[in-house]
Amino acid sequence: MTRAVVFALAVLASPALSLAGDARPTPAAVTAPAERVAAPEGRVTVPAERVEVPPPPFSEGIFPCSNCHAGMEPNRERRVLTDMHTEITLRHDEAHRWCLDCHDAQNRDVLHLASGEPVKFEESYRLCGQCHGEKYRDWRAGVHGRRAGSWNGHKTYLLCAHCHNPHQPRFQALTPKPAPKRPTRFIPSKGAR
Amino acid sequence: MTTLRQFSRFVAGSIGLMLRGPAVYWVWVATLVALVASGVAAYVTQVSEGLIVTAMRDQVSWGFYIGNFTFLVGVAAAAVVLVIPAYVYHWKPIREIVIIGELLAISAIVMSMLFVLVDVGRPDRVWHLIPGIGHMNFPRSLLAWDVLVLNLYFVVNVVVVTHILYRAFSGREYDKRFVVPLVLLSIPLAVGIHTVTAFLYNGLAARPYWNASILAPQFLASAFSSGPAILLILLQLLRRFTRFEIQQSAIAKIAELMAYAMFLNLFLHGAEAFKEYYSATEHLRFTQYWFEGLDGHRTMVPYAWTAVSLNLTAFLLFIVPTTRNNWITLNLGCVATYAGVYIEKGMGLIIPGLTPDTLGEIYEYYPTITEVRVAAGVFAVGFLVFTLLLKVAVPISLGEFQSDRMPEADAATAPRGLEPAPAGSAMSLRRTDH
Amino acid sequence: MEPTAKQERGMTRRQFASCTAAAAAGFLMTACGPKRLFDMPRDRLRTLIRDMERDYTEKYGTAVTVADTPPIPGVKFAYALDVSRCIGCRRCVYACVEENNLSRDPQVHWIRVLEMDKEKGIDFAHADPYYEADKVPREKHFYVPVACQQCDNTPCTKVCPTGATRVDPDGIVVIDYDWCIGCRYCMAACPYGARHFNWSEPTIPEGQLNPNTHYLGNRPRPKGVVEKCTWCIQRTRAGRYPACVEVCPVGARKFGNLLDPESEIRYIIEHKRVLVLKPELNTMPKFFYFYGT
Repeated sequence: MTRAVVFALAVLASPALSLAGDARPTPAAVTAPAERVAAPEGRVTVPAERVEVPPPPFSEGIFPCSNCHAGMEPNRERRVLTDMHTEITLRHDEAHRWCLDCHDAQNRDVLHLASGEPVKFEESYRLCGQCHGEKYRDWRAGVHGRRAGSWNGHKTYLLCAHCHNPHQPRFQALTPKPAPKRPTRFIPSKGAR
Repeated sequence: MTTLRQFSRFVAGSIGLMLRGPAVYWVWVATLVALVASGVAAYVTQVSEGLIVTAMRDQVSWGFYIGNFTFLVGVAAAAVVLVIPAYVYHWKPIREIVIIGELLAISAIVMSMLFVLVDVGRPDRVWHLIPGIGHMNFPRSLLAWDVLVLNLYFVVNVVVVTHILYRAFSGREYDKRFVVPLVLLSIPLAVGIHTVTAFLYNGLAARPYWNASILAPQFLASAFSSGPAILLILLQLLRRFTRFEIQQSAIAKIAELMAYAMFLNLFLHGAEAFKEYYSATEHLRFTQYWFEGLDGHRTMVPYAWTAVSLNLTAFLLFIVPTTRNNWITLNLGCVATYAGVYIEKGMGLIIPGLTPDTLGEIYEYYPTITEVRVAAGVFAVGFLVFTLLLKVAVPISLGEFQSDRMPEADAATAPRGLEPAPAGSAMSLRRTDH
Repeated sequence: MEPTAKQERGMTRRQFASCTAAAAAGFLMTACGPKRLFDMPRDRLRTLIRDMERDYTEKYGTAVTVADTPPIPGVKFAYALDVSRCIGCRRCVYACVEENNLSRDPQVHWIRVLEMDKEKGIDFAHADPYYEADKVPREKHFYVPVACQQCDNTPCTKVCPTGATRVDPDGIVVIDYDWCIGCRYCMAACPYGARHFNWSEPTIPEGQLNPNTHYLGNRPRPKGVVEKCTWCIQRTRAGRYPACVEVCPVGARKFGNLLDPESEIRYIIEHKRVLVLKPELNTMPKFFYFYGT
């Protein structure tokens, strides 16, 4: 096995293990300063919490949010949105949650953690992981969700939002592929024998 | 060299015997040949289209062919078990019919090996099994064991029969030092072929219906009732159509032995059924499929109860001395035994063993016309072999076909100086009281 | 081809003798040498593989490659399937069909997705592979896809009379399609219905053949032999995930190296409730089912 492979595995496994062993990780481990994350070719040198993901699944033309929100005064009152974003129905602990619990009111192009720390959309898993700690841990270990790449090498993760609509995270039912054909005593295509 | 010439006369004379016969004989042979031809035609279709022309599928991957194979291995084993009283206890009446039993064994082995051959998907590759040329997974695979044991058993029987008949033809007593060890060897081999065949299924933990240690003893018990059943009918036919004399006491004795074997067979089946039904684990489903049907799939149920009733009837007919000695009820019992065991072992073993399949699916298997035709062809081959062998063996045993009684033309080719055996000399198989 | 008179005249006794000797040696090598593809020295295997490639390319009208990638040292594959996530959509079944060149008619599926009742739990007696539904998962049901469990204690290889199937060092149970005689003893022995027989000539529609094949995996099979899941040997020995793992829309399928303590397989075994099918048979499957939640 190449050294890169070993490293990749170490990168993937270590946060999981540290989280598994420690219910409350140190702030340092949770915080992923933007500068470090941004390091271009430095994926290998980045601390373990950074995970490679494809771009977040934004709706067409919706990002950056600041395009529209830049001049607006944030309205912090919980309400039903009637002018914009009416297509969004929140079915995600909606009794206790509202837009600004996750979306940042100050910097409209980022999300924020419960602590107030801003989080980029590319790292939204950290936001999800605040509540869904076990799933987050499994996801980091490659056990929850889909991954692409090689089993013994480089892997690409998907963000939680690639599979779960953050506003309605429950999985939608799918239409199954056709059932297998039942065995028959006849030659399938050549008729009775 | 004289021996060689004598032997070639034996062979030529035997072929001559096979080619002579009354009209009934030729009608019988022609029927068999027609069945063989039909079987070959069906088999050609099967080879060109694939085993899809059978009703076997992934869910039930063995069927009629392997069922017949199993049944016939039992017949082959049982036919020779009559050797035990004949040679070990020198029980005279049976001794005379042992040769018939061995001929039956040879024919049954031929059939059972043919049934395996027609079942494989790649008959062109069967040589892969041959040690040396191919690669035999011995001793791990029970199928490898079975191939070895069946072939060995076949060879031993052919050698013994040929020797005895040839010696009788030459007017000499057979060589005891040669025959007795081989006959003694054939006894454990007879038990062996059937035990190994039982183990073939018994060893599969995936199939709870087979994975019961009662299987091997039950195989032997059913074989020891079905094998002699065929033999009894044959002996009566011989007694009627040839001068071959068979004492009534021999027939009654065999019938009595069959009663015990059938009792054991029924008892072992009952023991197994008790275990399944009383404990009622998930493994009960296979037994249920056979006896009651499962989730509305009831194809096998009539067969199951037919087999049980036939076997019970046979047991009762054989255990009561009056019915055992009455030729009508005796023959009814034989037919019942044969049919009962044939159903029980042909279908009752293989099909419920595989239904429901390992993932719980029920696919109702029963053979297609192609399978029936191929099977009939295989049986016809076996009967043909048996008929032709009998055609030679009976006259020899009766002392009608002997080197010194060969027709003039043949005798002329006999080597000069070969002293004809004195008439009525020590003939192993010839009865002296006729 | 008739030998010319000149050739015939030119053949000395010595030449004849050496030719005969060579032919005899060749025959002996064939007769006594390794017969099964997985026993062969690499160079001889390569020669045979070139013949396969030529034949398949000709037959299917597309350039087919047949790999002979060997097992990777230090790797023993294992698979894990999250029963709590599988929704029974059968995407894996058809991804497998396409990747592994399974016969479309008669239909061969290496993966069988069983629908089971939540009330009954994992119970094959009440499993249904033929469920029809507009949407899955259906209420009160859960799904257990079953394919080859790649056992360590293999009932199927044990019974094969010709030794045409074996467990490779990386744990994949493989079949030599050129050595199998089609006796189907392995199918009787397999407790998971994982082995499938080519009851007739397998058919793959024109243009649908996956040309990237492996000699022990998805190369086209002949009629009359047994085949089974190889965990996409053509992909996994090259470092990729099996097709079913990649296609699963809910990420229920996991694959990796059992010997690597950092692999997701090991994580699952150590952190999740894991089970194997029919553990009482002691087949020691390397296919694990687990509850992710």
